Amino acid sequence: MNKEINTNENNFEQCIKCTICTVYCPVMAVNPDYPGPKQAGPDGERYRLKDPKFFDEALKYCMNCKRCEVACPSNVKIGDIIQKARLDYSSKKPGLREFALANTDLLGTVATTMAPIVNGTLKMGVVKSAMHGIIGVDKHRQFPSYSGQKFTTWFRKNAQSKQEEYSRFVTYFHGCYANYNYPKLAKDFVKIMNALGYGVHLMDKEKCCGVALISNGFKKKAAKQAATNLDCIREAVRRGEPVLGTSSTCAFTIRDEYEHILGMDNSDVRDSVMLATRFIFKLIDAGKAKLVFRDDYRRRIAYHTPCHMEKLGWSIYSTSLMKMIPGVDFVMMDSQCCGIAGTYGFKKENYPYSQKIGEGVFRQISEIQPDIVATDCETCKWQIEMSTGAHVENPITIIADALDVEATIAANK
Amino acid sequence: MKFDSIIIGGGLSGLVAGISLQSKGRRTLIVSAGQSALHFFSGSFELYNTDKSYQEALKGLDESHPYSKMGIERVLELASGVPAFFSQAGIKLLGSADCNHFRLTPMGVRKPAWLTLDGYVKIPSDGKFPYKNVTIANLEGFLDFHTEFIAAGLAEQGVNARICSVSLPELDYLRTNPTEMRSTNIARAVKGDVLGALAQKLSAAASGTEAILMPAVLGLESPQAAESLKARCDLPVEFVATLPPSVPGIRTQLMLRSYYQKIGGTYMLGDTVEEGLFEDDILKGIRTVNHADTVFEADSFVLASGSFFSRGVMASQEGVYEPIFGLDVDAPSDRGQWYQEKMFEAQPYMKFGVHTDKDFKVSVSGRTIGNVYAAGSVLSGFNAVKEGCGAGVSILTALDVAEKITR
Repeated sequence: MNKEINTNENNFEQCIKCTICTVYCPVMAVNPDYPGPKQAGPDGERYRLKDPKFFDEALKYCMNCKRCEVACPSNVKIGDIIQKARLDYSSKKPGLREFALANTDLLGTVATTMAPIVNGTLKMGVVKSAMHGIIGVDKHRQFPSYSGQKFTTWFRKNAQSKQEEYSRFVTYFHGCYANYNYPKLAKDFVKIMNALGYGVHLMDKEKCCGVALISNGFKKKAAKQAATNLDCIREAVRRGEPVLGTSSTCAFTIRDEYEHILGMDNSDVRDSVMLATRFIFKLIDAGKAKLVFRDDYRRRIAYHTPCHMEKLGWSIYSTSLMKMIPGVDFVMMDSQCCGIAGTYGFKKENYPYSQKIGEGVFRQISEIQPDIVATDCETCKWQIEMSTGAHVENPITIIADALDVEATIAANK
Repeated sequence: MKFDSIIIGGGLSGLVAGISLQSKGRRTLIVSAGQSALHFFSGSFELYNTDKSYQEALKGLDESHPYSKMGIERVLELASGVPAFFSQAGIKLLGSADCNHFRLTPMGVRKPAWLTLDGYVKIPSDGKFPYKNVTIANLEGFLDFHTEFIAAGLAEQGVNARICSVSLPELDYLRTNPTEMRSTNIARAVKGDVLGALAQKLSAAASGTEAILMPAVLGLESPQAAESLKARCDLPVEFVATLPPSVPGIRTQLMLRSYYQKIGGTYMLGDTVEEGLFEDDILKGIRTVNHADTVFEADSFVLASGSFFSRGVMASQEGVYEPIFGLDVDAPSDRGQWYQEKMFEAQPYMKFGVHTDKDFKVSVSGRTIGNVYAAGSVLSGFNAVKEGCGAGVSILTALDVAEKITR
């Protein structure tokens, strides 16, 4: 009955100028060049509608974390308003750096083929300095390592044929990170789903969800990839399979940004796209599945809520699953932005702000002293690992590592 | 997903209900659609606008008033426990459960108050301002604190005020964007060693007066910054509320929430309850926008969704309604009866809210829902502004309802 309350056709008119969003904007707290969510969003929108020349290029400092929307008591889609304005009004054309950061599939495919060389090269000081000076990727940033073998290659060689032994299936949206950088996460997902009695299908033509394209100004290309993904998702849904992801940002982008930012209708499949932890928790909660854990697994785990997970509101699923592991000493961290926001923190003009924004998260980790920081986002993982030295894993990997596979298979027969 | 009690609304009333139920051993969930009106907190909670004792003043209230539904004895009994309740979360409140003291508004006006956050200007019940000569110090470039108004207000109370402005190099970067030089950004910058420099400048500027009055812009996460500044100043430092956002209000919200989570409560922010699943006049569960087909079940529910500001109650051309469950509301259908012609008179719509029985149980089409209680400003029957009872109703009905649920 009570759909999200919209009292106006123009969503920004619901803003009552209460300033609550400005309190929770991570950027505004460290960078006075950013006009803040109220000014950049609903206030500025009135002017931009009158004349696009009122567009302020400083809106590029918005990280699209959506914490303003989570805080807003009047349901104003502040983050969406700002993102759309950037795509529709900015006169700055994306450059080489934006192209390189945004085209994750292209970069990933090339890099995995030459992984040892790429990984070594990206660690070299001279290369870092060159990238810093020439294209503007900050020299302090550590690039995530590329895997020598893509997850999809491994899957087709080693796992695909076995999947047909199952009678129930899920489709996996692995995303770029699990495919090119960290296939272990994807393999862990397959391990858990198989143990629960589900076969895993991949999408025929999975493309990057497009989040980096959107934030770097490539709207057309993002829409093209979104269309391909939505076709594949529809195919999975027709087969009766939910589409599960292991990255909170991929899931969020497909569910919300496709519609809100790219203007694509995904309403027929939106509810079928979700994070794996949500799907698994719901199976267990309904008594339809069981996870059995090893009794020798002992870890102190602190959970960091990625911004897009905060927006999805789904951390309860990931954290509830980890709390089921008997040997886990679980600590929930205060939800704050880690500062990286995908490709944002790679840009040299953003790097210092990015690190300043993350201070609260880094401080909490050094106080908690966990064995593992758990988080559902790969770029949060890079940022936290680089900035604190902590060991960071996706909850799916933690569950897979703690799982008693044989006992779980037996319990779900 | 099953809980013992679910609270809809994560502001003052929802958090008080949540903490109270959780500490009585219940497994609870709070669902909050955005941040709360605590972000505009004045620094003081009000119980009732009166110069008499509460005992005497509350006697005259209409029987539809939430305090009358609770009973005066019960109101005063619960009120006396409120400072201890908040101190569990590290929030220190000063005041009595018998009668008002006064607070100082950002416009320099003296207003009755029940409990005032430690550190704020607190004028005793006799109305005598504690100092004769004070210094009102602002931070250079901060636009949400109006020293001249405050000085004029104090002059009417016979207090001399010297006005000064203190500049801190650590705030220079904020001043490059004056419209965004907000209280919360100042709070983030003025901490640690900066407090020492601020203390020195304040002490120097205020020498010869008895006390320093400054905007309440210190300490977003804990009261530590304010305490540290006080310890380093030669003179007493007292805080005065700023225009929003309110740093101490946000701190209060954060501390209540963090205490609630520490004792095991689950808090979901930025989610809207879409519908209730009813069976035989009992609410079995709720569904939310973020969680789609996940049903959150509970034995009892507390509706603490706020008034018009928080959209717990809404008005349209067709009438006043409660948007989540379509509960019965106390509001006339004739729009002519919603307003008074004179803006500053008591406006009838201020009293609109959800209809409840004596136990604060809600109803749909006249049928009482046996396990849903309303608390706080979503309730009907009181005018929070004119009666000065918004916080009192929020806190005390939440405590009352939590006890009814666990009884």
